Amino acid sequence: MSANGKILVIGGGISGISAAADAAELGCEVVLVEKEPYLGGRVIRMNQYFPKLCPPTCGMEINVRRIRQNPRIKVYTLSEVEKISGQAGDYTVTIRVNPRYVTGKQPVTQAHLDAVATEVPNTFNYGMDKTKALFLPHDAAYPPLYVLKKDALTSEESQRLKNASPGGAIDLDMKDERIEVKVGAVIIATGWRPYDAVRLDNLGFGRCVNVITNVMMERLAALSGPTAGKLLRPSDGKEPAKVAFVQCAGSRDENHLPYCSAVCCMGSLKQARYVREKVADSKVTIFYIDIRTIGRFEKFYYDLLEDPNISFIKGKVAKITEDPVTRNPIVEAEEVIPGKKLSEQFDMVVLATGIVPSIMDSPIAGVNLTCDSDGFLVDSPNGGGIFGAGCVKRPLDVSRSVKDATAAVMKAIQIVRR
Amino acid sequence: MASKIGVYICTGYGIGEALNVEQLSSVATKEYKVDVCKTVSSCEADDLDFIKKDITEQGLERAVIAGPSPRFYATGSFPENVIVEFVNLREQVVWCQPANNEDTQMLAEDYLRMGIVKVQKMQPVEAFPESKDIDKTIMVVGGGIAGITAALEAAATGYNTVLIEKSAQLGGWMAKLKKSIPRTPPYEALEDTGIEEKIKQVQSNPKVKIFTSTEIETIKGGPGLFDVTLKGPGAASFRVGAIVQATGWKPFEPKNLDHLGFRKFANVITNVELEEMAKNGRIARKSDGKDAKRVVFVQCAGSRDKAHLSYCSSICCLNSLKQAAYVREQSSEGKAYIIYDNLRAPGHYEYFYKKMQQDPGVFLTKGDVVRVAENADKSLTVDVEKTLLGENISVDADLVVLAVGMVPCSADGEKIRTVKDAKAFLASGEGGPQVDVMKKRIEDIGQHEGTEILNLDYRQGPDLPTLQYGFPDSHFICFPYETRRTGIYTAGAVRAPMDGLGSVEDATGAAFKAIQCVEMLSRGETVLPRAGDRSYPEFFLQRCTQCKRCTEECPFGTLNEDVKGTPLPNPTRCRRCGICLGACPERIINFKNYSVDMIASMIKAVEVPDEDEEKPRVLVLACENDAYPAFDTVGLKRLQYSPFIRVIPVRCLGSVNVIWINESLAKGFDGVLLLGCKYGDDYQCHFIRGSELMNTRGDNVREKLKQMALENERVQLHQIQVSEYEKIPTIIGEFMETIEQVGMNPFKGM
Repeated sequence: MSANGKILVIGGGISGISAAADAAELGCEVVLVEKEPYLGGRVIRMNQYFPKLCPPTCGMEINVRRIRQNPRIKVYTLSEVEKISGQAGDYTVTIRVNPRYVTGKQPVTQAHLDAVATEVPNTFNYGMDKTKALFLPHDAAYPPLYVLKKDALTSEESQRLKNASPGGAIDLDMKDERIEVKVGAVIIATGWRPYDAVRLDNLGFGRCVNVITNVMMERLAALSGPTAGKLLRPSDGKEPAKVAFVQCAGSRDENHLPYCSAVCCMGSLKQARYVREKVADSKVTIFYIDIRTIGRFEKFYYDLLEDPNISFIKGKVAKITEDPVTRNPIVEAEEVIPGKKLSEQFDMVVLATGIVPSIMDSPIAGVNLTCDSDGFLVDSPNGGGIFGAGCVKRPLDVSRSVKDATAAVMKAIQIVRR
Repeated sequence: MASKIGVYICTGYGIGEALNVEQLSSVATKEYKVDVCKTVSSCEADDLDFIKKDITEQGLERAVIAGPSPRFYATGSFPENVIVEFVNLREQVVWCQPANNEDTQMLAEDYLRMGIVKVQKMQPVEAFPESKDIDKTIMVVGGGIAGITAALEAAATGYNTVLIEKSAQLGGWMAKLKKSIPRTPPYEALEDTGIEEKIKQVQSNPKVKIFTSTEIETIKGGPGLFDVTLKGPGAASFRVGAIVQATGWKPFEPKNLDHLGFRKFANVITNVELEEMAKNGRIARKSDGKDAKRVVFVQCAGSRDKAHLSYCSSICCLNSLKQAAYVREQSSEGKAYIIYDNLRAPGHYEYFYKKMQQDPGVFLTKGDVVRVAENADKSLTVDVEKTLLGENISVDADLVVLAVGMVPCSADGEKIRTVKDAKAFLASGEGGPQVDVMKKRIEDIGQHEGTEILNLDYRQGPDLPTLQYGFPDSHFICFPYETRRTGIYTAGAVRAPMDGLGSVEDATGAAFKAIQCVEMLSRGETVLPRAGDRSYPEFFLQRCTQCKRCTEECPFGTLNEDVKGTPLPNPTRCRRCGICLGACPERIINFKNYSVDMIASMIKAVEVPDEDEEKPRVLVLACENDAYPAFDTVGLKRLQYSPFIRVIPVRCLGSVNVIWINESLAKGFDGVLLLGCKYGDDYQCHFIRGSELMNTRGDNVREKLKQMALENERVQLHQIQVSEYEKIPTIIGEFMETIEQVGMNPFKGM
């Protein structure tokens, strides 16, 4: 046995949750650190998973139960790992716990909610709507605790909150806290973020109001999203009857992401089904280079090919502009077969933006992680007791992320049981 | 019932304002005379700490906490050895019903009654007796890259491992490759496979016992207690705890692809044959042994074609790019043409694709290969239509390589069993219309017999059930390792077409799951989806009528049968869904904490008003993982629905015993709503077939309704996803209207 049998998991998305639950069910003590105020990462913001079109909340229900009932897992949300020192089998980890201002000692009541009127952008919905500065992050949030955006409050609101919290439900004086834990091995499951679509200058995101990204589309389709599951375009709240998907928006592009993000084809095909199911008589056009529906996913693709209202155009989109009156995006593309230029108006355009590893966004002091030229973590044989899991290593879909997380636990266990 | 019971009623979250808590408390104190009944101001940390402390101080054996949904609590922190249950007053009473209302109060009181009765009927759970005897050896079937990896990883974690390989050598397909596609940054250069080193490692690992040229004669028992007998030169018998099946793949045989000239023209070969040539030194024309300088690769030869191999084999594009590199390395004059439909180089493999695109000797184009013709000198001409250039082209080639896909080396246990059953039926000499059905069945799927791999001694077949296209894969995106046979995990190309890197990851994870399974079993716990559950079904076999419903319906093949048809339980195979409990007409299958009597008693605890009060009662049996949380979300959203329903969460809709429906109707409930998960091809039931089985039991329900002269509409099943909370008020509203139309149940008060 190493000096310490505990495992640290950084990141509470599907990879991190799976790793934490797997390790704890084997019998290990686990510390799970998540920077958001809730567990679930990117997947909890998805409407449905491909290819079954099942809701992520179903599996999350099981995974959260695995965590809730297991005394071997300690979860820190709103927390970040600041520093790791030591070596395989004996690491000392410093965790910074950021203030939630909601203590969890006493319930948040209607009086608290009434005390706050200020609204903040709802980051869970990628800023497409607003939420009160005192809010539950989402319907099935775990831990089931509110969050307060203290900086957004007016002084009156702060005072009212104080008055409403004699039992200490809300503590505006909460400070960030440092916790030190000793662990034997570390699993980094910090996941990914969508490629910043604003940098795709020619594709009009940020300039054309009805050009959105694929992650936004997931929220627009979700019952728990900003439009309560109605597919409505941003400019006028009308149902888009004609929607284009632009594949490889940034991916497979030397100027942006040279690699293929592996999941965007299936993602857009799935979203094409959202459009077809939610908007009667809608028409969908998918601009692609290659449709990469690997393995059994192929069936999902050829089922869509039978829908006469979905067209596939092989060709790269060169430019998207906006009709100033209708606010319709105008897509200019080079259709490879039969080799002609094309310009067409749509009601809405969805950019299939790719996967960017987020590990380099907030480096951890004390560890020298090996990353490839794109910032993906490379498990090196000399990495000691630190292992990557999921999209931190390469672009992966949910199932492969989970499998990879399970494999990472195996490696971590070998260190802590050494 | 001497257990000391305590009830804690939470008054926070609006509960205290909406309900008469004093009156509610009197249900506990006066009706049920519980030992302790206290109110707490919330169920947040401070109050929960008090409750936990009080449970210990009062020496309670059972406790009921009435407040937020059971899904709210971190139950891992509750005192051990105390049965704690939760009454959902928050999400499913005060948040979805008007405050200070008679019907709301009645709802809360009924839920409290049900909660108290529930803990009264629950018994402490003890681990199944076999948990003391769990063997932790891991057996890996298949000695390719996935199998070797699984064995090495299990051994490195400290577990004794047995590796079984059918052929004489380890290494599988990987050992037949000249090179691997790039797996490490910058993902551009071909790499050594590294398989020789892996083979050496596994052969010299003292924790791994290897059997080559060996197959499995039989596997009896269940996880933790698998008794394996091998056949072959190293025939042996031993016990193992869990199994990783890494039996790999075989190349698709490109039959009926006449237009491609396979087996017709000497120089049309498969990608597997080209690899063999390359590994042995030289890529040459089959016809005359001369160096092949112009090589055309035909992608998706049979793949992605419903007439042949419907799916995409994932790696053929990359493999052809690799083989194009071989052609280019062999000769500076070498030219490779790759004709594809969609070039699939996912993730980092894009770099390799790009690298090959830059090679002037490699020509890539989208197109349809419509014909391969042989010339007088045995060279070939390949006609391609719909190319990227927009025109049809013809390419001359020394060799045409068909990129054929991967077919899993699996056996469909369910089909094999079906064939055997059909044969047994015919052998029995029983006549009737079934004879032709059975004959047809044997004709259709008879070829599966003789394909056995694991040879499991399971009532439901000797191998894992397969999913689509013969892959014994999981159907669960969130739980990709969950096969339908506990303790047996598939890894590598047998479960999905995948590359070597994917196989290594897959095998590492599968080996972990195998280890996790034996460790959990040794603590008396089951694995996913009810991971950690220590309850298990017990059978009161003296009353068994050998109807075989439990042995037939168990989705995990848990139960074997003796010659008479009596179930033979295997608790280590069990996933605790309770489908057997639901299936049993004699009600002799029960868990310590989930029994026919427990739910029936909860139903009986509900106070059903007389007919003239015009307050109907509807029982809702809801899947605890999906429908029940959806009810919670309804509350969170403050949507309202009829106060006349009484919701009981069940482990799975398949665990619903029809007696519960019958008894509720006999008691005067006006209707029963069954809410379970989606079934069909894209089923979402985490116990595979629970809601579907309940639907088929509907016949029994209708029969009973007929006997009672009640209307069929009084019992309905709906499929609902956890995310579809907004449907709940509608479903309930429509059901209440139906009840109004058919009228109140005449059995009230009887």
